[in-house]
Amino acid sequence: MGINRSNQSEGFITTRLDALMSWSLKNSLWPMPLGISCCAIEMMAFAGPRFDVARFGAEVFRFSPRQSDLLIVAGTTTYKMARVVRKIYDQMPDPKWVVSMGVCASTGGMYRSYPVVQGIDQFVPVDVYVAGCPPRPDSLLKALMEIQKKVEAGKTQIEERGKVFVG
Amino acid sequence: MAKLTNEFILGKLKEKFGDGIILSVGISRNVAPLRGQLSIAVERSAIVDVCKFLRDDPDLQFNYLSDLCGADLKNFSEGGPLGDDRAYRKAYLAVDRSNLPEIVPDEERFRVIYILTSFSNKYKIRLVVTIDGTKPICPSITSIYPAANWAEREAFDMYGIVFEGHPDLRRIYMPEDFEYYPLRKEFPLMGIPGSIPLPPK
Amino acid sequence: MDKVSKDKQEVSQILKALENRDTDLSVEDPLDNYMVLNMGPQHPATHGVLRLLLKLEGETIVDCIPELGYLHRGYEKLAENCTYHEFIPHTDRLDYISPLANNVGYVLAVENATGVEAPPRAQYIRVVAAELARISSHLMAIGSTAMDVGALTVFLWAFREREKLYDIFDLLTGVRFTTSYTRIGGVAQDISSEAVGAIKRFLDDFPANLNEMKKMLNRNRIFLDRTVGVGVISKEMAISIGFSGPNLRGCGVDYDVRRYFPYLVYDKLDFNVITENDGDTFSRYMVRIREMEESAKIVYQALDKMPQGSVKADMPKRVLPMKERVYNKMEELIHDFVLVNDGINPPVGETYTAIEGSKGELGFYIVSDGSGYPWRMKIRSPSFYNLQALPILLKGQMISDVVAIIGSIDPIMGEADK
Repeated sequence: MGINRSNQSEGFITTRLDALMSWSLKNSLWPMPLGISCCAIEMMAFAGPRFDVARFGAEVFRFSPRQSDLLIVAGTTTYKMARVVRKIYDQMPDPKWVVSMGVCASTGGMYRSYPVVQGIDQFVPVDVYVAGCPPRPDSLLKALMEIQKKVEAGKTQIEERGKVFVG
Repeated sequence: MAKLTNEFILGKLKEKFGDGIILSVGISRNVAPLRGQLSIAVERSAIVDVCKFLRDDPDLQFNYLSDLCGADLKNFSEGGPLGDDRAYRKAYLAVDRSNLPEIVPDEERFRVIYILTSFSNKYKIRLVVTIDGTKPICPSITSIYPAANWAEREAFDMYGIVFEGHPDLRRIYMPEDFEYYPLRKEFPLMGIPGSIPLPPK
Repeated sequence: MDKVSKDKQEVSQILKALENRDTDLSVEDPLDNYMVLNMGPQHPATHGVLRLLLKLEGETIVDCIPELGYLHRGYEKLAENCTYHEFIPHTDRLDYISPLANNVGYVLAVENATGVEAPPRAQYIRVVAAELARISSHLMAIGSTAMDVGALTVFLWAFREREKLYDIFDLLTGVRFTTSYTRIGGVAQDISSEAVGAIKRFLDDFPANLNEMKKMLNRNRIFLDRTVGVGVISKEMAISIGFSGPNLRGCGVDYDVRRYFPYLVYDKLDFNVITENDGDTFSRYMVRIREMEESAKIVYQALDKMPQGSVKADMPKRVLPMKERVYNKMEELIHDFVLVNDGINPPVGETYTAIEGSKGELGFYIVSDGSGYPWRMKIRSPSFYNLQALPILLKGQMISDVVAIIGSIDPIMGEADK
């Protein structure tokens, strides 16, 4: 983060270096799928042979938070699960981005009841919200492309969080 | 093996246990089982013996517990979230709700329902036990049907019914230190704010 | 205070030992205790959020404590606040691998309570939908079990077949995945000839693709070593612990709700109930493979025998009318308005209806108080009862067998946690 900030105010070589870093980062995002419920099945289809996510360089679904930089929260988050999601988010190294997949993760979805957290943005900062119940894998691909745009623009969470909605 | 009918089963149970134990039919007064299914109300103290008899008797052989659930009958005649004040609905949809009990006292508030299946006879019956609302205690049938283990934990978690004789009674769905019982009728749908803490942002 | 002084004593003992370089002293022999390993709610074996606390002695499992509740969404409380029609989309998300089967089960339960009977064409369509959902669910189970054991190719083949099934669901219902297709009194819309053609084409190619998967796994030395004799359960234990579905049939008990308590038109269709006798992981896998072939047979028969007719029952006071008529005719509009706002009012009573879902006996116990909202709705979910057997199945196994055994039980946490 320090190197990014200094890059933006310096000369030609460092801005080219900065562009090279963003290019390589955006084309090799490693997602950490946090598949909790039904949206996890669409996420698996998103990694499957038809809506191939490998063409974006993101097929390495490492189920370890220490080795990934994109957290996809897919599914209804209950209060009991919220602690776990937060712990996994804390374990990820910077820079990291968060996609909230499906309406259950974004706003609580169709479950307006006692154990469901009405949106994960109550405890985790979110970059892109994807609507749908479950969203088609095409929507999730669009969300991935939006994250790539954000990565290219060089903004990480610490600097600026503009929220993007994908329908 | 004789083909089982409702009357045969009821007759056999009454013969073995007597009329004081096998009470009426159905979950409550004037709430009858539909579609010809058999639902027998049993006295709470005798439920373990009744289940053992149903499982071991060579004619009946109810060897499989399909389900075990609790129910809360507080304010039963109220008519759901909309209340009962739609006169045109009564006329239009023509459902007779006049037989419902006016008030369900606290001593008869909870029910525990057991659904038993017999593989050899291809039959299903239900047993219903009435539980006191002020001190909800029910004997556990895990010694007869081990399948009741988690189902009784769920009934405890949702209603607060304590099953005595259960090997490991703790909450199964809600966190261990949750203080309320969610499926009781006085617990609101959205929950009580602040009852489960969220991690900070 | 006592604990503090005991801790201080332990620390001073260790320090003294280090000073004397007495390497024989051990304050607490670590080999005497069991190690407790937490297989947490998030793990790559994609069976949802199940937390297992494993007590290990070396690599052998001594005991296992499953912990549920990470996906508890409050379905039963929600059901008391939704009308019967409003609850149909919620039933999709119960067993979210085969949503059509749950829809069929729920609607059958409400129809039993109300006294409505769906017309024959709708019943055949429901049979087709339920069996396609069963094929989809078993493909997923086999795919993820194979992936957990190590055969990644089978997972991708299974997903290729599932994508074809998603296209069929799209033609049939309009939605890929969470369909909400059935309605009380029938189904939402008729099955088109395009959908029938797509189903027949899929079923024509299906045996060849299934054979590919079978060739990969059935006599594979590695797969057999990892699954034969692993996770054995006896017949009596399986019945008393509450197993149902392919798990119970893998132990030799032929309990299938479609044969024992026939519903829809299953008594007119000809199919076999598959059982295997060993009770281990491999026999549960074989039951699933052969059940998929039986389901394909059932779908062929149902498509051939389907009569013409309407797809919704003709009871205007209980059944929602077809959408085209609602927009055009006054009376249907009034019926639609009243039924959506006040709900179907079944008579006062209680009823329990079970169907053979993809994981086992899926049952709904409804207590109705005569209003449009159920008073109590209990969902008998098969995965909840199947998971109860996990401590029994895991005792004495190695830690690497845990994944294979969980895959063979095939739990879906959306159902188990309700």
